[in-house]
Amino acid sequence: MHMDEREGRIVKVSGPLVVAKGLDGGRMYEVVRVGQYRLFGEIIAIRGDEYSIQVYEETEGLGPGQPVLRTGEPLSVELGPGLLRSIYDGIQRPLDVLARDFGDFIVRGAERPALDRSRKWSFVPAARAGDKVEPGDILGEVQETELISHKIMVPPGRSGVVKEIGPVVGTVDTQVAVIEGPEGPFGVTMLQKWPVRVPRPVRRKLHPKEQLVTGQRIIDMFFPIVKGGTACVPGPFGSGKTVVQHQLAKWADARIVVYVGCGERGNEMTDVLMEFPRLMDPASGKPLMERTVLVANTSNMPVAAREASVFTGITIAEYFRDMGYSVALMADSTSRWAEAMREISGRLEEMPGEEGYPAYLGSRIAAFYERGGYAVCLGGGERTGAVSIIGAVSPPGGDFSEPVVQATLRVVKVFWGLDDKLAFSRHFPAINWLSSYSLYQEAVDESADALTSGKWSENRKRAMAILKREAELEELVRLVGVDALAMEDRLLMQAAKMIREDFLHQNAFDERDTYTSIPKQFAILRVILRFYDEAKEALAKGALLEDILGLAVLEDIARAKLVPEDDLERFDLIERQAVEAVGALAG
Amino acid sequence: MKLGIPDAAREYRTVRQVVGPLMLVDGLDGITYGEIAEILLSDGSMRRGRVLEVSGAKALVQVFEGTSGISPSDVKVKFLGKGMELGVSPDMLGRVFDGFGRVKDDGPPIIPERYQNVNGTPMNPFSRDYPNEFIQTGISTIDLLNTLVRGQKLPIFSGSGLPHTRLAAQIARQATVRASGEGFAVVFAAMGITFEESQFFVTDFRRTGAIERTVLFVNLADDPPIERIALPRMALTAAEYLAYEREMNVLVILIDMTNYCEALREISAARREVPGRRGYPGYLYTDLATIYERAGRIKGRKGSITQIPVLTMPEDDKTHPVPDLTGYITEGQIIINRGLHTQGVYPPVDVLPSLSRLKDKGIGAGKTREDHADLMNQLYAAYARGKNAKELAVILGEGALTDVDLAFVAFADAFEDRFVRQGEDEDRPIEESLRIGWELLTLIPRGELKRVRDEYVDKYLPR
Repeated sequence: MHMDEREGRIVKVSGPLVVAKGLDGGRMYEVVRVGQYRLFGEIIAIRGDEYSIQVYEETEGLGPGQPVLRTGEPLSVELGPGLLRSIYDGIQRPLDVLARDFGDFIVRGAERPALDRSRKWSFVPAARAGDKVEPGDILGEVQETELISHKIMVPPGRSGVVKEIGPVVGTVDTQVAVIEGPEGPFGVTMLQKWPVRVPRPVRRKLHPKEQLVTGQRIIDMFFPIVKGGTACVPGPFGSGKTVVQHQLAKWADARIVVYVGCGERGNEMTDVLMEFPRLMDPASGKPLMERTVLVANTSNMPVAAREASVFTGITIAEYFRDMGYSVALMADSTSRWAEAMREISGRLEEMPGEEGYPAYLGSRIAAFYERGGYAVCLGGGERTGAVSIIGAVSPPGGDFSEPVVQATLRVVKVFWGLDDKLAFSRHFPAINWLSSYSLYQEAVDESADALTSGKWSENRKRAMAILKREAELEELVRLVGVDALAMEDRLLMQAAKMIREDFLHQNAFDERDTYTSIPKQFAILRVILRFYDEAKEALAKGALLEDILGLAVLEDIARAKLVPEDDLERFDLIERQAVEAVGALAG
Repeated sequence: MKLGIPDAAREYRTVRQVVGPLMLVDGLDGITYGEIAEILLSDGSMRRGRVLEVSGAKALVQVFEGTSGISPSDVKVKFLGKGMELGVSPDMLGRVFDGFGRVKDDGPPIIPERYQNVNGTPMNPFSRDYPNEFIQTGISTIDLLNTLVRGQKLPIFSGSGLPHTRLAAQIARQATVRASGEGFAVVFAAMGITFEESQFFVTDFRRTGAIERTVLFVNLADDPPIERIALPRMALTAAEYLAYEREMNVLVILIDMTNYCEALREISAARREVPGRRGYPGYLYTDLATIYERAGRIKGRKGSITQIPVLTMPEDDKTHPVPDLTGYITEGQIIINRGLHTQGVYPPVDVLPSLSRLKDKGIGAGKTREDHADLMNQLYAAYARGKNAKELAVILGEGALTDVDLAFVAFADAFEDRFVRQGEDEDRPIEESLRIGWELLTLIPRGELKRVRDEYVDKYLPR
């Protein structure tokens, strides 16, 4: 075999870690092809002439002496039209194409371009010849799906004067413009490549404050997230992390959704693949798949590719942000990502930190979430884009004190803590209202209060106070029984129950309940609180608690969450009925 | 320079170290990661091993039968140049094998159709078909409340001394795909269980004739523990062959996964790896996933693999790493309850913490019956309320309970006695489970039936 300077030899194989010699000039995070099957790998440590490589595929059959080839390039993703509606593995291999060409099981060394090279796109120019362009400037557009217009931008680091541009129908490799740069003319195609471990640049970051509406009542009203914000959803198994993630991927009002299935169940990805094309975006009426990119590296797929999958996902998200879109990235689950780091770190024989995780766990997690945000994009026109990140965390034994949860909480601004006690009592979403928090609440309150003359935050604070008081009263009830409580407190328990069951509880699988608009959320809570106020007054005037609790209008309030979105006047009616019914009891 | 897999197997007498189940062999050439080795002892006996790490001229070999009696000076290691394989054939049905796929019963050797690597390759998520076909196990607590579907992986979380083996055998015996009426081929993978437990299954399969459609892989408690690492992969390779090439619906019973994990921990400790929780290796999750994720269905293929892993939770602790990591991978769990068992209820399934994540897509009109989901929610809620009321009564006395609460207490007792409890040979069709469910609901006031639609109450509630 011909030996050239870019070829080395394996000296050691230990699971997904391979050590090679003779890769002189190899750089950190450069992609290499390993062994007789030409498996994908990445250089992750260099000690003298020994290069440690994490391999993205099963390494059985590799041994000392087999060749390792340098590619000279870092691990990169392809960015261009065709990303939407795709399903990729952790290193951006198109899984649908692999299934078509290689069968139902993923064979080693399988390789196909991430973006279809035969598909034709229609490029409509937005810039003109003679325009002076900088990085990020929009040269033209491609209608990628019915929902999304894909902007073709000047790649970062390039600038000049447009020499040639015009409407083109072609593949991603087709040249759409020629730009006269400082070092001569260069062509621009619809395809960009970007190394996944390097954040894509923005002009400047802004403070995020616009709410990312999710249609999930406990989230939007109690613990909101904003466009460009970061959130985490930790919880033990069975507490509904994945359902929360799926709900956000379905209903969050982001223009683009990148869903990273990182080391989780294969059937969950199948569920997304089957359901998203059928589900319609509430805003546009088009299938949700039209705005979605899936990255699926399930738990049985190679662990090193799992480590790469979140970077692949975030880079795709950043690319759409650069076009000026609001992007939401779901990573399910970041614990599996951290475990992949731990496994590789162990094989590298690094000194472990807490629970065997590498000492750099915290900084890696922080750096990942920091790639989210709300920003002014590169290019002219001060266009803004956002990447919101929602990471699921799967703590062992549901113990939130473990390193991944703790490292995540240090950086994210929203904590939706899932509680298995709530899940066991079939209260979903099982987000614990007493321990969860959102640091974006003030920003959201400001704009929501302006529309509701301050009622938005007032109602929420009242509801929260009722729930807190309920928790205290429950302790008491456990000791002395409910009969020992004052009537007033028992009424408060009823109000808390209504907030929990009629507002916070939301059935993701009921088509009427799965999404609730902001005005409707506000209305439901308003009616519950109004009922409570009236009932308190009636009680003071001598009405009997039993009579209040027996009112038929309670049933109407319980069903209020099923009132259709186009019939919100119904809430005024329910409220009126509640006031009248309670008033009648007071005599 | 050798490339690829050499033709001839290579023999070495250069064992340098023997530590626990591991052996370090030096002076090698062309050995690859994951390769299988035959270890020939001076007394003429042979053991098998697998290359766990290869570095320069050295290889670390894990010896499946253990290293007892091995002396570095008189042992010969022969590398086979290939990973672990299983010879597959339809003749495997009705036979018993050990952890390496060697015939363990008195029958003739199997003539394989071909050899298949036991590590499998990951199923492309794009090729998966979503499991949504109802499997009737004939057990009310599973069929009605924690429905199993074709292609699901649903473990049984149990504890020592609880009747999980009987339950697993009953499921294996009774499971049918309801829509087609088809039965299952069973692949039974026993890891470190006792002779008695294993014999129980074999006798049971023989008694019912199920043995004809069963493949058994057996590693008993006194068989080499390290063999347990290979065993589930052997079993799943056989299952994949039967499912995807012979178009069978295969039910894989993996018992007991806790023993498997302990074997994994033993190897990890011998390799001096940094331990994760309770000494289990940090990659336990990934390792378990490569077993559990081999369940599923593939678009356009008739066969399927449904898994029922069984594990015993040390001290009935669900947060122990084995049940915990299993729960993160599998699609739900059936939890066996010691209290119910002590009360004499069989099968002692604790329905409240049990869960089948895929149930919603396998039930309802056309699959089971229109009222299934509503009835399930109602039974669940009523039982939960009854149990709560009972707890309250323990603290405050029955006098503290309202009449309605007392009705729920009566319901909870009847539910355990008539719904949960059933005979070991009682194969209840789903209609019968539904009927019992509705009958029990007559114990609580009709106004309390908030989870079922009125139309169903009118139609199904006995008067």
